Amino acid sequence: MFNRDRWKEILEVLSSNVFRTLATSFGVGWGIFILIILLAAGKGLENGIRADFGDIATNTMFMWSRNTTMSYKGLPKGRRFSFKIEDVQAINDNVPNLRFISPRNQLGGFGSGNNVVRGLKTGAFNVYGDYPEIIRQEPMTITSGRFVNHNDIQDKRKVAVIGVGVRNELYDQGETVLGTYIKIQGVNFMVVGTYQKKDDGGGEEGQKEIYVPFTAFSQAFNMGNDVGWMAITAHDGSSISNLKEKIVGVVKEKRKIHPDDKRAVGYFDLYEQFNRVESLFGALRWVAYFVGVLVLLSGIIGVSNIMLIVIKERTKEIGIRRALGEAPWSIKKQILMESIFLTIISGMIGIVFGAAFIYGVNAVLDSVGPVDMFVNPSVSLGVVVSALVILIFSGLLAGFIPAQSAIKIRPIEALRTE
Amino acid sequence: MIQIKDLHKSYKMGKNSLHVLKGINFNVEEGELVAIMGSSGSGKSTLLNILGMLDSSDSGEYILDNVPIKDLNETKAARYRNKFLGFVFQSFNLINYKSAAENVALPLYYQKVPRKERQEKALKYLEQVGLKEWAGHLPSELSGGQKQRVAIARALAAEPKVLLADEPTGALDSKTSYEVMDLIQKINDAGNTILIVTHEPDIADMCKRIVHLKDGVIIEDKKIEQIRAEQYV
Repeated sequence: MFNRDRWKEILEVLSSNVFRTLATSFGVGWGIFILIILLAAGKGLENGIRADFGDIATNTMFMWSRNTTMSYKGLPKGRRFSFKIEDVQAINDNVPNLRFISPRNQLGGFGSGNNVVRGLKTGAFNVYGDYPEIIRQEPMTITSGRFVNHNDIQDKRKVAVIGVGVRNELYDQGETVLGTYIKIQGVNFMVVGTYQKKDDGGGEEGQKEIYVPFTAFSQAFNMGNDVGWMAITAHDGSSISNLKEKIVGVVKEKRKIHPDDKRAVGYFDLYEQFNRVESLFGALRWVAYFVGVLVLLSGIIGVSNIMLIVIKERTKEIGIRRALGEAPWSIKKQILMESIFLTIISGMIGIVFGAAFIYGVNAVLDSVGPVDMFVNPSVSLGVVVSALVILIFSGLLAGFIPAQSAIKIRPIEALRTE
Repeated sequence: MIQIKDLHKSYKMGKNSLHVLKGINFNVEEGELVAIMGSSGSGKSTLLNILGMLDSSDSGEYILDNVPIKDLNETKAARYRNKFLGFVFQSFNLINYKSAAENVALPLYYQKVPRKERQEKALKYLEQVGLKEWAGHLPSELSGGQKQRVAIARALAAEPKVLLADEPTGALDSKTSYEVMDLIQKINDAGNTILIVTHEPDIADMCKRIVHLKDGVIIEDKKIEQIRAEQYV
């Protein structure tokens, strides 16, 4: 392998016809270039869509109550019901591998009137009664103060964490926020923190929310034990999609809902959506590899062709070598190494140009600002390594047929060619 | 050194079979200088190819230095050629992008001789054929006689048991031919066994024994008084 004479010979052969070598290597370089670009574009799209998901815990389902559509145990159909706070415990007891269960009650919402007052200013906001864990499921940045904690839940403290959108509407520029009071549907809550959410396409709406402790909310607004909505996250490694049937089953049993009543409990499986997008990325990667490898294939055929011509030209030389006692395997190795060397070098050039191209695209993206659904196209080291593996394999493939035909040349025939 | 018994060889040309060698029997002792003569089509080149393991016989026995040569695969044949035989061709067959020294070192490379030793030996054999100062030159920079001398040096480099020369002077003028023959005689004097295929009587006369082939059989096999080539040089 690392034989000086062999390498010397490889270089001699490849440099004996420089233009031909360059033209051949262009095919392989181009193939790998396309492969890299396609993979990088796929990665860019993937990054873009992932950025839209943000750092929401994706292994999560949301669940809410609707009207029953079947009568059960003497209860009529069309009954309106609510989850109860003890359902949370029941789910926890009956379904394994759950990380967080966050019950929530809500005031306000789309199209509702003003519900929050501070001095002379009023506004319409979503007000959530939540548990502290919600911040792990629906990430937000606390810009000042703190988020709701377990002591707040325990003591039913009337405290509130408001979004930047809320602050902008209810407070003047530069006014102190922490420690002041806002009146939510006639009940005073002390502001203990402000948050900002990543702009996730929800626009302003996400910043116009108020979080208060679940228990305080229930008491203040007469919710009793009712729970309007739950966010349930499973541990990593066990998919919420597999657990959701069980969770819904537990709730149905507790709430005396017919087990076959499909419409009584509404839910949204974020993980399933996420997986669907994930499998789309997977498919994109496959397409990139498929197209890239096909383009590469034409390059490989080019190399193979040239190697055949080189062998034709060197028929006599190979005959002489055989007569002098070179083993067929040694000749085969020589041809294969020439072919692999040529593919790898030209592939490297393709990779370098591909990387430069991606670098250029990134520079352009940076200068024109963010583009929708396309962020930071890039190829990982893993892709480069797999490209190299593909190249070595291609080189072997390209050299195989010529090498085979080289050792088929019988020295006596080779020497006869004048 | 060489024992051949009842050697047959025929080539298939479509439906016809051409019987080229029809039972060859002969022995070569160590240190002999044998000329194999015959008109074209007499089978002399085929015989040399079989002796050189470049071709295989249909039937018969071939023993080289007490090693029976049969059932050779290509790898084994290559090893035997490298170990036992040195070739000199009519058209020199040097590798044209390698210098004279590299050409001479080639068989040693296949013997896996270390690089340094290879170069030393190559120079030694080039010196023996009087071309030491041409070591770095490419074959295209050498004259015909010089090329053949490089080829002889290359054949000697592997220190073979037998040197096989196929019309070594066929592409050379008389003067150069005699120079080459002088070299061959000197190598023979040093104890090397040499077989030369030729159709030139004057070249054959410079050997010690002439084997005459006609239509695939030996019609004459005689020892002769060697004519030294140096008197013509």
